[in-house]
Amino acid sequence: MELKTPLYDAHVEAGGKIVPFGGYLLPVQYGTGVITEHMAVRQQAGLFDVSHMGEIMCTGKQALENLNMILTNDFTDMEDGQARYSVMCNEHGGCVDDLIVYKVADEKYFIVVNASNKDKDYAWMCDHCFGEAKFEDISSKVGQIALQGPKAKEIISKLAAAESIPEKYYYAVFDAEVAGMKCCVSQTGYTGEFGYEIYMAAEDAVKMWNALLEAGKEEGLIPCGLGARDTLRMEAAMPLYGHEMNDDINPIETGLGFAVKRKKDAFIGKEFLPLKADLTRKRVGLQVDGRGIIREEMEVFADGKKIGFTTSGTKAPFIDKAVGMAILDIDYTEIGTKVTVSVRGRDVECEVVQLPFYKREA
Amino acid sequence: MAVLENLKYSQDHEWAKEEDGVVVVGITDYAQSELGDLVFVNLPEEGDEVVAGEAFGDVESVKAVSDVLSPVSGTVVAINEELLDSPQLINEDPYGAWFIKVENAEGLDDLMDAAGYEAFIEA
Repeated sequence: MELKTPLYDAHVEAGGKIVPFGGYLLPVQYGTGVITEHMAVRQQAGLFDVSHMGEIMCTGKQALENLNMILTNDFTDMEDGQARYSVMCNEHGGCVDDLIVYKVADEKYFIVVNASNKDKDYAWMCDHCFGEAKFEDISSKVGQIALQGPKAKEIISKLAAAESIPEKYYYAVFDAEVAGMKCCVSQTGYTGEFGYEIYMAAEDAVKMWNALLEAGKEEGLIPCGLGARDTLRMEAAMPLYGHEMNDDINPIETGLGFAVKRKKDAFIGKEFLPLKADLTRKRVGLQVDGRGIIREEMEVFADGKKIGFTTSGTKAPFIDKAVGMAILDIDYTEIGTKVTVSVRGRDVECEVVQLPFYKREA
Repeated sequence: MAVLENLKYSQDHEWAKEEDGVVVVGITDYAQSELGDLVFVNLPEEGDEVVAGEAFGDVESVKAVSDVLSPVSGTVVAINEELLDSPQLINEDPYGAWFIKVENAEGLDDLMDAAGYEAFIEA
């Protein structure tokens, strides 16, 4: 049975088209449609219910040692309130999940994981936990709302004092107050746009959602569904677990080497992760030449042979191009390489292009 | 959801109407609304045979691909090439944005009328 987020009724009332996703019932889009929602985030602002994401606390004297062993990144030099992206690898170097770790304080870390992986992640963390440390799944107590877009700061500033709003990317204010509610405000997101993710008590989620929507009316803030969330992250070439990475695709192949710290003495999967120079395949961006749209899990060909498979694909609304990502044999990953994607029996010509497809102007 | 009086409808949410001896085919307002923003259309070629209940093309929204099934059997005599470059016309005007015209068409009488289709989508 699918779970409902605290905002379920609000989505239905607002005309959200509800679909099951990651074990939750969530809106794929509202009446406005995916393209309008996507453009709102690029040009004004959009509001997303991301309460389905999993939240896990890691506490204890050896919390840091545990994170450094179980995750690929190095959390040693973090400041309080800082966030850091990481991968969690299995023993073979494949990906269990990707996630964000926040340092709340010494010996206290807040971890945000993918909804569909939450139970698996929590079990993995508990199974590999050692010494004086504890993992705790607090997902059901936490609501999460993402406010994304160039107008995000203007909007949140109407509801929160400056000290509640993080000034730097990948930093959070844990004792923030927005619209009179205690919450955590983080300058993070999954859209390739400026924005915030706000964590609050599940019972405050509806009030927070409505307060933000009301505050952002003038700026053109609209609620956005999973459809726009996916096209936005695709356009920004942000990998998605289960697509660009999984148990069999390692983070180096996905292009996440920046989150893998080999200088650490040991971490799970380390000895199986190839050096970038030794890769036999890796993630690339594809752009369709001519007509057609490529989707996930389609075969890619060149020189008369199969050279890989697509992991995501869509018509990207802002750049107005059909694009996708694929894992291809290393010999075919140079920018400009021509390949063919088999789209339901039809050959669609594509070119390997630079990622990301879209980058916001700083 | 708009359902026009003078059209015939299939259970797969295509509409059809006879006009100057050929049957004009498109998808319904309900179908375009369920699919969402359309971004790509695949159409057959003139001269292709279509069979009632079988796919003659497909439409893609931002998120999904969906076959378009022919409501009648016959031979394609015209395709609406405008849709290839502007698939959003289907969202804007589903009963104006025709897909194909079919001659020697059979099966038009097996389709639902407007009242029948309205009852069908409400069921």
